[in-house]
Amino acid sequence: MKLNNIKLFAVAILVTMTAYNCSNDDDNNGGPTGPDFSGTYAQQDQMGRPAVNTVFVSSGMKDTFNTTVPSQQNASFQAMFENNLTALSPAYANPGDANALGLDAPTFTGLLATDVLNVSLDGETTFFNPNTGATLTGRALADDVITIELLLIFGGEDFTENPGLSNDNVDANDKPFLTSFPYLASPW
Amino acid sequence: MKKTKFLIATAILGIATFVAIAADHIDAPAVQGGTSDITDFYAFQGENTSNIAFVANIQGLLGSGSDTQNAAFDENVMIEFNIDNTGDNVEDLVIQAIARDGKMYVFGPTAPVQTGLNSTIVSNTANQVVVDITPYGQSAIVASSGGMMAFAGPRDDPFFMDFAQYGQIIGGNAASFNNPGTDTFAGSNVLSIVVEVPKSMIGGSGTINTWVESKRRQ
Repeated sequence: MKLNNIKLFAVAILVTMTAYNCSNDDDNNGGPTGPDFSGTYAQQDQMGRPAVNTVFVSSGMKDTFNTTVPSQQNASFQAMFENNLTALSPAYANPGDANALGLDAPTFTGLLATDVLNVSLDGETTFFNPNTGATLTGRALADDVITIELLLIFGGEDFTENPGLSNDNVDANDKPFLTSFPYLASPW
Repeated sequence: MKKTKFLIATAILGIATFVAIAADHIDAPAVQGGTSDITDFYAFQGENTSNIAFVANIQGLLGSGSDTQNAAFDENVMIEFNIDNTGDNVEDLVIQAIARDGKMYVFGPTAPVQTGLNSTIVSNTANQVVVDITPYGQSAIVASSGGMMAFAGPRDDPFFMDFAQYGQIIGGNAASFNNPGTDTFAGSNVLSIVVEVPKSMIGGSGTINTWVESKRRQ
């Protein structure tokens, strides 16, 4: 067993070195036996923005949402998202109601139904930074994404509606993040 | 023995299901509590501002101690970061991560063989890095190659939320959040894969659309 591990390790190193040396000729599929990466892998779960499947997808459809490609999610799920949003939040009860981004229920759910995270390659990356105004340019570890989403769902046009529902009053992680890679705190 | 432990862990996760479902933790029946359950996804500019870091967390709500000690990456589950840099929400590039014998193999960013729900692993791409999976209780092991960095192993769950009170509100048992709230995810761990790549590998400038998938070998 131990010998096997050592052998596997040696093979892995060999393969790594071979692959590294052959970067101009990397279709060496008939090369030495390394780890087996063959086969087809079929989708089970997916995620773009935080909490979207949990909050906006009706129970019974959550697995379907996880196995619908993003380019087809809007057509399949926007109407459901809008129904669930208006049922959930009194901030969209009246015609013309919108959130602080100026998005009414159809527009907001149209954005959310395509569950991808937009990430800027040109600067600040944050879900929302009230100090700089940067919005949906990424998701940083410290971003209080739940309060941001609660504000956009319940807070109305100026973040003042339904104050008891617009902030869970948990504003930070229970362990500080690291400034350097891998950024996440060590486990408990 | 191992089976017993697994059954106990399953039972605990089953109970936990009633307690917490947030961010993407235990979001859907087919994956909840399993080795392909994505709990969270982050993408942000790295400490080196020429880079973007991608974080995929799986198998959430691991308690401190044996619960985290016994958690492992499933060698049949591939985690795939998808990157669309043409604005059509179809992946132009993927970064694939899969465990083999104590190591996490990371392939890409590279064009996928095919887009969509089924994937094959692009193990012959020039962009790749292999890192030892960091054992529980040890310092983070980081590997780098060609400007890329990779980490895989247990970490504190970076997600925070008063999910319990949210459940009370949704269930009609409470009218508002508490102040201060209680972080339902305090003290719990996840298995993390962190990959940092130069922006030049994923489009250079502009905005990308990105999402993460778990895919199981058929």
